[in-house]
Amino acid sequence: MLHLSAAVDQPSAYDAASYLTLARLAERGGLDFVTLEDSFARPGPDALAVLARLAPATSRIGLVPTVTTTHTEPFHVQAAVATLDWVSRGRAGWRIDVSTTEGEARLFGRRQAAPSDALWQEAGEVADVAAKLWDSWEDDAEIRDAPTGRFIDRDKLHHVDFRGTSFSVKGPSIVPRPPQGHPVRVVDATDGPARRTAARYADVALVRATSAPQAAAVRNQLRSMTADFGRHPDQLRVLAGLLVDLGDGEHAAEPGHGGGGPRQTPQGPLYRGGPVDLAELIATWHGEGIVDGFHLTPVEPLRDLERLVNGTVALLQHRGLFRTFYPGSSLREHLGLARPANQYATTGARHEP
Amino acid sequence: MSRRRMHLAAHFPGVNNTTVWTDPESRSQIEFSSFAHLARTAERGLFDFFFLAEGLRLREHKGRIHDLDVVGRPESITVLSALAGVTEHLGLAATVNATFNEPFELARRFATLDHVSGGRAAWNVVTSSDAFTGENFRRGGFLDRADRYTRAAEFLETARELWGSWTPDGIPRPFAHRGRHFDIAGEFTVPRSPQGNPVVIQAGDSDEGREFAASAADVVFARHSSLEEGRVFYADVKRRLAKYGRTPEDLKIMPGIGVVLGDTAAQAQEKAAEIRRQQTSPQTALRTLEQIWGVDLSSYDPDGPLPDIDPVADPALTQGRTRRGDTVAIAEKWAALAREKGLSIRQTVIEAGGRQFFIGTPDAVATELDEFVQREAADGFVLVPHLTPGGLDQFVDEVVPLLQERGAFRTAYRGTTLRSHLGLPDPVRKG
Repeated sequence: MLHLSAAVDQPSAYDAASYLTLARLAERGGLDFVTLEDSFARPGPDALAVLARLAPATSRIGLVPTVTTTHTEPFHVQAAVATLDWVSRGRAGWRIDVSTTEGEARLFGRRQAAPSDALWQEAGEVADVAAKLWDSWEDDAEIRDAPTGRFIDRDKLHHVDFRGTSFSVKGPSIVPRPPQGHPVRVVDATDGPARRTAARYADVALVRATSAPQAAAVRNQLRSMTADFGRHPDQLRVLAGLLVDLGDGEHAAEPGHGGGGPRQTPQGPLYRGGPVDLAELIATWHGEGIVDGFHLTPVEPLRDLERLVNGTVALLQHRGLFRTFYPGSSLREHLGLARPANQYATTGARHEP
Repeated sequence: MSRRRMHLAAHFPGVNNTTVWTDPESRSQIEFSSFAHLARTAERGLFDFFFLAEGLRLREHKGRIHDLDVVGRPESITVLSALAGVTEHLGLAATVNATFNEPFELARRFATLDHVSGGRAAWNVVTSSDAFTGENFRRGGFLDRADRYTRAAEFLETARELWGSWTPDGIPRPFAHRGRHFDIAGEFTVPRSPQGNPVVIQAGDSDEGREFAASAADVVFARHSSLEEGRVFYADVKRRLAKYGRTPEDLKIMPGIGVVLGDTAAQAQEKAAEIRRQQTSPQTALRTLEQIWGVDLSSYDPDGPLPDIDPVADPALTQGRTRRGDTVAIAEKWAALAREKGLSIRQTVIEAGGRQFFIGTPDAVATELDEFVQREAADGFVLVPHLTPGGLDQFVDEVVPLLQERGAFRTAYRGTTLRSHLGLPDPVRKG
């Protein structure tokens, strides 16, 4: 199954309407999810709040904000992501990222900037404790048992007692287990320090690659590392991350650019050309098993997303390579990922009469 | 002279035993549909704002998670951001702790909520001194009582510096704040939001709390709900404003209240008594008494007399609940109350814990609410329904029109921002 997703980032946009237009467009194209970047380092709104605002105005599209782990509180982060899953009824994801700069550290004033590998190690711990907190309520913990007066079965709520290298959390969460069990975790695994964290904790890894062999190599490495962590490699979806500039419309891609594949730019791998050639590239990379799908960042958001949905996606659908409707309602269902078992769920033995 | 118009807000019935879950009409306290129902009802009633409380650790009693009350809630700013998509005018207020957050991140989240709601965000600033709650956070530990408020005041001051840091043309300006609690610098990432400063709400009854409210808040979520107590509190807090260069109109005093309606006064009273019984089940009555007595009372009959044993102060028995002060003194008071009126354990807990309700026919309740406002015991009210999510329906359908007929409440929203509903000045920050 081909997975397609898109970024809805826009410079200097703070109102809900412009994001809503893009998310609805992506939903019309049947995309798995949209992402919204976030960073304390440059202007932009709180991504999770923006996507929460879009939740009741969309119905199927997955909503994946970036939420950083370096200067934030793990307990708050997991609660906010779980809540995004509740308000969207199972469409939340979480793009995990770190804050590496001294400038970001100065905005908080409580710790120094740290090397990337230490921050990704910590991000892994945050992902780990988040999963524990999401599981800290078993799915059927709320019982509303009038005869005994108990609203919850407290044997189905769990302290997580997590001790990491830079924080500890007692738990349980205040938010009951979200609809997806675990909202979908997304990590850009292009850079080395992020790769282990992606292999261990992510459901979706993004890989910015300029060529099919390069993407295939990273995917193979990620799958093998995933297996080393005791996970089945098919639990990880690897998507190629590309900037797309479809400004050339239906014209053929410039030689050496779109038609010949993406080229490296300071902003990342850029595909430039027409929607038809982009469909060709997607079909080829996916058909050859190089990647599980794509994460596309339109260079000019409205124009390129429109061309992507009306051109590229329509063509892929016509060729039977991409869904024409959402068969499920949760982001996990779009991605073909199972709802995770609860790590604290006990056997029924305790409940024998 | 024209009639003073009241402000109205709706509290979402979240956790605790005031929320009745045994009622057949009780629905999810988690599903978004519940939040949307109550918010839309409040907006249909032209309310000023919708209010969410906060919980950061589940209560524990005798070392185990408390299991009798409604518990579990989603994170507030995220819920309110989503509600911004299903409402147009309603203010959206989140209670968020100034102890276990950092100014840059929180100011940014509230500024974003203000942007995506078109100017409807409010922050109810609370503090914590609770090491028990601290176990869920990087900060850990706790702050002593005095530091809680100095940190909260500096937190809010810093947030306002951040909110005001962009030029009117939308260019970020560097800021730096160096104080006792925060030493931070850089550029804020969000331009001035529609309200400039999201509305600031404060709840707290202590002297420090009143002073903090007078110096920095736009709304006080008060506890007093008897007319005389309300008048005293109102006069005291309004008097404090002058020293901060503020006028009485700059701060709205809104007590949290319960309303019980009936076709007759007697029927309303009967219904109110039934609600109190539902709020205090036999198990809840015993556990409440254990919190006060500081000892295990599980062998006692909730419908029998109070224990004839001495209370002990045991702060570790119940964790995560606001301290009730000197529990031994309270125990003695409750014992005296039970003796005097011949009450059982459950009856005592109901009687002693009963909060002020406005009980009666819609007409009587409308008259009484209006009187509170005309006689300066309040500028308005935060309604705390006992049912999720339909607990506001009857009030909006039956009382709001009567208030409007009396000229005591708006008949339409006149502006689009929460500040405009509250009649608060637009904070123009220069610099």
